Amino acid sequence: MQESYDVVVVGAGPGGSSTARSAAEHGAEVLLLEKRSEIGAPKRCGEGLSVRALAELGIEAHPRWCVNGIWGAKIVAPGGKSLEVRYPEQVGWVIERKMFDKHLALLAARAGAEVRARCEVVGVLKQGSRVTGVVVESGGERFEVEAKVVVAADGVESKVARWAGINSLHRLEDVDSAYQYEMVVELEDSDMLELYFGNSIAPRGYVWVFPKGEDVANVGIGIGGNVSQGTAKAYLDRWIANSRYRGGSVIEVNAGAVPVGAPLEKLVGDGIMLVGDAAHQVNAIHGGGVFEATFAGRIAGRVAAEAVRQGDASERFLSRYAEEWRSLRGEALARIYRLRRAVEKLSDDDLNYLAEVLEPEDVVAFANGERLGKLAKILMRKPHLILAAKELM
Amino acid sequence: MPRRVDRNACLSCGGCAGVCPSLAIRLEYGYRVVVDAGRCTDCGLCTVFCPAGAIQEA
Ligand SMILES: Cc1cc2nc3c(=O)[nH]c(=O)nc-3n(C[C@H](O)[C@H](O)[C@H](O)COP(=O)(O)OP(=O)(O)OC[C@H]3O[C@@H](n4cnc5c(N)ncnc54)[C@H](O)[C@@H]3O)c2cc1C
Ligand code: SF4
Ligand code: SF4
Repeated sequence: MQESYDVVVVGAGPGGSSTARSAAEHGAEVLLLEKRSEIGAPKRCGEGLSVRALAELGIEAHPRWCVNGIWGAKIVAPGGKSLEVRYPEQVGWVIERKMFDKHLALLAARAGAEVRARCEVVGVLKQGSRVTGVVVESGGERFEVEAKVVVAADGVESKVARWAGINSLHRLEDVDSAYQYEMVVELEDSDMLELYFGNSIAPRGYVWVFPKGEDVANVGIGIGGNVSQGTAKAYLDRWIANSRYRGGSVIEVNAGAVPVGAPLEKLVGDGIMLVGDAAHQVNAIHGGGVFEATFAGRIAGRVAAEAVRQGDASERFLSRYAEEWRSLRGEALARIYRLRRAVEKLSDDDLNYLAEVLEPEDVVAFANGERLGKLAKILMRKPHLILAAKELM
Repeated sequence: MPRRVDRNACLSCGGCAGVCPSLAIRLEYGYRVVVDAGRCTDCGLCTVFCPAGAIQEA
């Protein structure tokens, strides 16, 4: 490791690896630091990723981590009504995140970035309000590394940005508590995702069954910790005990935090950029963030390299990243956040009503922030839902 | 009183560190949760958040 780099990226999740790769490809000297000893493990993910997302990221599907093809979804309302949509072609993958995250780190290394696992960033260096590097702890030693640009891609913990003075705290009402078992189970359809909704099943969230193969699936839950009567684990155990998956063998246990708030307004400062979960760049409805982090990282890495080339890592220059990202993704994510605020106001009866009047394709479109006008109109039909509808306008 | 972590229940998800307004929680090397008693204001948010019920009043 050197004493100084053009760009230091903190966190080798999809966001950080993608940033490091892109910055290196655009000519910067890059250091990517990850505190865990194994990149990608333990996983904190349901591992669903759409075919469209992979294509848009320009990443080739690899059999080492694309473990199961998905052709549709079953969405189950609290009353039991199931909306099913099966597409004529494969639309998604369930991936092996441990392999995927390592693969992205490998691509960063191949592009020329220096990657270091088991190196924890414990503070940032500053001159006035300007970030000039990081403090690293590794193998009991503590040392400083200077950087023209520091990228905070440290996920949901999001401490690097806060040390730098940017308020990236995850408010409890905007982060879901998640628990998950990877289980050996008997699946009805191993190429369909299953999603279960209901305020008693999963307040503010849902239960998911994402098949990873013929007889194995991620069975997980996300709930709003502040609006629930117990832990995510307790809710999930209760749901499984009443489901067809009761008694399945457990081959992995995971917990997680899913940001479901609006993307941060402030994505850059002098000498610092925020990417991925650290920047609250997630789909607030389904909690998916792998695509968002990877996509944002590509822009951030390119802008960081440009800033280095031009010798200007000021907030003003780095704002190019924020502006480009906002026009490509930020507006859609802000719409999806408003949808989450609306859905949160619905009772189980309301959800059952929606399951009667909606087409399954509508639900998929809503989750992508599309057709929200249609949803608003349907909600407006019920006087007690006008407030919810207003969130969408 | 600061918070106490049940290491048998904790799954190193990092969420408690993300919701702690006081930057009092460190997930050492990504695995081991350490609460800085000097920074903790005992607000309880980490406990409300924890999906595993692993972080409690000391
Ligand atoms: C239970 C659960 C299910 C989910 N399911 C899905 C899904 O099905 N599909 C989907 O697309 N998304 C899903 N998500 C969301 C997705 O996992 C995240 O949005 C995604 O991982 C964000 O990527 P990231 O690179 O921003 O952060 P992360 O992947 O969290 O990476 C951050 C990295 O930074 C490291 N780090 C943190 N602090 C430091 C430090 N101080 N020094 C060095 N390194 C540090 C961490 O160890 C970590 O490796 C799920 C999340 C959870 C919790
Ligand atoms: S929130 Fe709970 S499970 Fe997650 S790291 Fe903190 S103590 Fe461990
Ligand atoms: S009680 Fe509050 S201040 Fe203390 S560690 Fe938990 S979240 Fe942080």
